[in-house]
Amino acid sequence: MYVEMKHINKNFGDFEAAKDIDFGIEQGKLVALLGPSGSGKTTILRMIAGLETQDSGDVVIEGEVVNDIPAGKRGIGFVFQNYALFRYMTVWENIAFGLRVKKTSKKEINKRVKELVQLVGLEGMEKRYPDQLSGGQRQRVAFARALAPSPQLLLLDEPFAAIDAKVRKELRDWLKKMIAKVGITSIFVTHDQDEAVEVADEIIIINEGKLEQMGTPVEIYKRPKTSFVSQFIGTSSVIDSFAGFKGFDEIKENSQVIIRPEFVEVFKSDNEKFKSLLPASEEGVITEISFRGSYLELTLEVNGVSITANRSLERRSVEIGERMHVLLYRVYLLEEDDARLYKNSLLKGVDVEAL
Amino acid sequence: MKKEIVVKEKASNQKEGKRGTKPHGLVPCLLLGVGVLFFLIMLVFPLAEVIYRSLKEGLEVYGAAIMAENTLSALKVTLIATIIAVLVNTFFGLCASWCLTKFDFRGKNILSTLIDIPFSVSPVIAGLAYLMVFGRMGWATPYVEKINEFLGTDIALVFSVPGVVLATIFVTFPFVSRELIPVMQAQGTAEEEAAVMLGAKGSTVFRKVTFPHIKWALLYGIILCAARAFGEFGAVYAVSKARGKTFTLPLEVDALYMAGSAESITQAFAVSSLLVLLSIIILVLKQIVEYRGKREL
Repeated sequence: MYVEMKHINKNFGDFEAAKDIDFGIEQGKLVALLGPSGSGKTTILRMIAGLETQDSGDVVIEGEVVNDIPAGKRGIGFVFQNYALFRYMTVWENIAFGLRVKKTSKKEINKRVKELVQLVGLEGMEKRYPDQLSGGQRQRVAFARALAPSPQLLLLDEPFAAIDAKVRKELRDWLKKMIAKVGITSIFVTHDQDEAVEVADEIIIINEGKLEQMGTPVEIYKRPKTSFVSQFIGTSSVIDSFAGFKGFDEIKENSQVIIRPEFVEVFKSDNEKFKSLLPASEEGVITEISFRGSYLELTLEVNGVSITANRSLERRSVEIGERMHVLLYRVYLLEEDDARLYKNSLLKGVDVEAL
Repeated sequence: MKKEIVVKEKASNQKEGKRGTKPHGLVPCLLLGVGVLFFLIMLVFPLAEVIYRSLKEGLEVYGAAIMAENTLSALKVTLIATIIAVLVNTFFGLCASWCLTKFDFRGKNILSTLIDIPFSVSPVIAGLAYLMVFGRMGWATPYVEKINEFLGTDIALVFSVPGVVLATIFVTFPFVSRELIPVMQAQGTAEEEAAVMLGAKGSTVFRKVTFPHIKWALLYGIILCAARAFGEFGAVYAVSKARGKTFTLPLEVDALYMAGSAESITQAFAVSSLLVLLSIIILVLKQIVEYRGKREL
């Protein structure tokens, strides 16, 4: 493990920002700290950096406990939310700052800054001040500035929050590529699950100062371990009293379950393809249809609960009030803090993936 | 190309800043008239009167009044007190506002309130307080004497120039920090944190990152502090009783005026004109600093 947090606790007055946080990150990985706002993810990042001190527990970097090592000496590059570029310095001076305070020779500074300016593609803008740059350009400067002293670990606090949606996607790809190119272990904080899923190798989900789950995006998506994760990741509707669905006899009445749109198949009764699955399906009525750009989102009333499903625009059109067959492939059953996956028992032996 | 756009934006911003409708109709004109009249009666005429009275008896008398031994001594004391007060308060003002805005600690609010004490306490009371502490009967006097013995010096803290300096410092204490705190607060701590993460020491962080943000506010605070310092009357009056030795310009003006003869009253106005002149210089400096500070924002 390259970076380790060992039983970290941190309180701000009555507010518990970190409760027994414990995880390890391997060298070279790009990890996302994901959680809703106020969950304590930024505090965790700042404790790794040394900008905040934990009340108890150890921060370990490269096998060394760094609790007493000041922020500037931990060999960490930090990209701040809103970038915190030095307003009264040019792009060049911003990037050179970390080298200058280390008393690096002029020649070397010139070489390194030039290299970084090229890396982030800001040639010709060295003499500009931060307020003469666009959001994306500022992020590039912040990235180059953090990398200038050749840190071993890069921390990014909401790196895309200050950028408008259009450019954000582009910058995500850019940042991912850059980090891969430099090959630096990186941790970034985000509240946007799409961002975490797309960019990170691994995701750590934080809620109310607690670590909920750590794993690859696919793992977290497919096997949420806690009820929080199952609700937070993906679009999901929570059903408070789930009962009487075919194929889910094992689930007790009035249980709480989570159904994601991708768990649901909706088809008309004359559909040839799903004919064999008719016995496993329920009947429902469409109560709402909304157009989502590239697909339709259907809300159906089934057995007294409303279920959301997606429908491709390529399929036959449907209308409000139409009776449809609704097949549930699987659901997450929520029990206290656990989320357990249940499959439709009537689909045993059916090759669902071939459908 | 980009640069041009930036320049144009700046220009349009300036225009916007100056925009505003010209007064039309009876009410605005009346209000404006009342405002100007008030300004003339309360501020301009009295100051013009000072200049007029000071020059009424001719330049010769004016020159003599200014060059009088007591006046020169008062000018000297005033300048000494002002310069020391400005230096001390700049230093402590910087420390206090740096602590209050960039760090979190217990008792922060109390410190913030303490800084404002001189604003709420009457200067005369401040002067009297010094008198009580450092005067002949004051509890601190034996200690001051001991220090004097030890150092072989003869420093007295009341009825002396050091006392005048102390009183001036007390009265002008909040000016620098009160100018700096809002600016530093608005700036936040992100840039400093970025500098720290890059390995900069505290002094480097201050010089390279914090200072460029606050330099105009600092200068403005210094100017206000100086203006208040050489105009101070009440606090200084309590601890300064020796004319020609520890009197400042405002005290000298008062003494001349109180003497009551036609000649001394003219002299009082002549000395006052010195203070007016200093005020005008400060006012011009303040305008320049404000203008330049705004342009950089």
